[in-house]
Amino acid sequence: MTYRWNFGPVWENADVLLRGAFGTLRLFAICALAGLLLGLLIGLARHSPRAWLRWPATAFVEFFRNTPVLVQILWFYFALPILAPFEISPLAAAALGISLNSAAFTAEIVRGGIASIDRGQWEAARALGMTGAQAMRRIVLPQALRRMLPALTNRGIEIFKMSTLASAVAYVELLQQGKLLASLNFNPIETYTVIAVIFFLCLLPLVQATYWLERRLGRADA
Amino acid sequence: MTDASPLLSVRGLRKRFGADEVLRGIDLDVMPGDRIAILGASGSGKSTLLRCLNVMETPTEGRIALGGQGFELHDEAALTQVRQRVGMVFQQFNLFPHMTVLGNVMEALVTVKRMPREAARQLALAELTRVGLADKADAYPARLSGGQKQRVAIARALAMQPGLLLFDEPTSALDPELVGEVLRVIRSLADEGRTMLLVTHELGFAYHVANRVLFIADGVIHEQGPPEQLLKHPTQPRTQAFLARHREFDF
Repeated sequence: MTYRWNFGPVWENADVLLRGAFGTLRLFAICALAGLLLGLLIGLARHSPRAWLRWPATAFVEFFRNTPVLVQILWFYFALPILAPFEISPLAAAALGISLNSAAFTAEIVRGGIASIDRGQWEAARALGMTGAQAMRRIVLPQALRRMLPALTNRGIEIFKMSTLASAVAYVELLQQGKLLASLNFNPIETYTVIAVIFFLCLLPLVQATYWLERRLGRADA
Repeated sequence: MTDASPLLSVRGLRKRFGADEVLRGIDLDVMPGDRIAILGASGSGKSTLLRCLNVMETPTEGRIALGGQGFELHDEAALTQVRQRVGMVFQQFNLFPHMTVLGNVMEALVTVKRMPREAARQLALAELTRVGLADKADAYPARLSGGQKQRVAIARALAMQPGLLLFDEPTSALDPELVGEVLRVIRSLADEGRTMLLVTHELGFAYHVANRVLFIADGVIHEQGPPEQLLKHPTQPRTQAFLARHREFDF
């Protein structure tokens, strides 16, 4: 095959891609923050001694873990405005779908991380007079978070890549802008190659940063 | 001392795990300054008894009073108060691996007692000095030997200034050559007149340090008495058999 690569038209429209990149980063920031925090809370709720906290948390996790994100985004964008008396922006629909889905998976990571901490840690904390909440906050959770870090990193990467699903509701992000350029310039090869490389270049430093964080938090084990 | 009131008083203590009744009615008075060694075969319920005293296990039945005051066994707020006054040392040390040695000893002072950090630091250092580990204050537990870990765990319990100390087989997880350093620390605490209960397999230590020895079998106190009597002249056949097994390979 003698395809002649020509990246010229892609660079000429760099501003279009830049707007897309900004949209991707914005969606990622919202979903990573909301998804991880909500996931932490729901994961903690699944450990609660109170059934009225535990039961809804389990229901939430099972519902959002077992439905596709794309369906959730489309549902929030097209179905919710019919059922509820308000309009919803593409950003809000995508952020809701991705955040809630990520929260469900994060909650499972949190639950597993907490369960992996030795019973003796709880006992030592309780024997010193700590309440359950103090033992969780000071003793168990800090150790559990360190163990969860690799899994949470994966979740972060997943959230970043899931942002492309927002193109289904025409939210301006990288893939959406790429589709636009590719169809205008008839150059899908160059455009999607550039899109893929941009994603790679965004994620690689992020992953490196978490490796560094893991090493730093691992100092106590040395 | 006969007219003093008990520091800890236990009546009709029972503990069931499912169909398995581990404790079948324990009555016990611990007087101030008592050093009580608890002996028994594995599965006899001796550790469960100790763990019921600060309600790490919730007794199925019975009443416990600390310093003359009974408390509700299911009231978490009351239990956190009780546990602040009862120090516990575990077989597996259970140090907090993400904190330094000093951090381990300071933690409950700051979190539970709301002590200012500097005051907590001074107190923690004083307790670490007592167990001979002030120079390890900034090390993480992973860097310590088993004996050092257990001494840190003792300092952590002592820092809360408990009126009663519970030791749950404190040397059973240690290499033989590390047992001595931990027993010496416990002995020095006994010499200070502290009140303690100790579940142990170290008969010699029980003989020299305890003023009372309990032999637990089938979830009841099968026999009890001063160490001289119980360890050298037990009257019950099961106590005799237990002690004989322990001495089997003595030389």
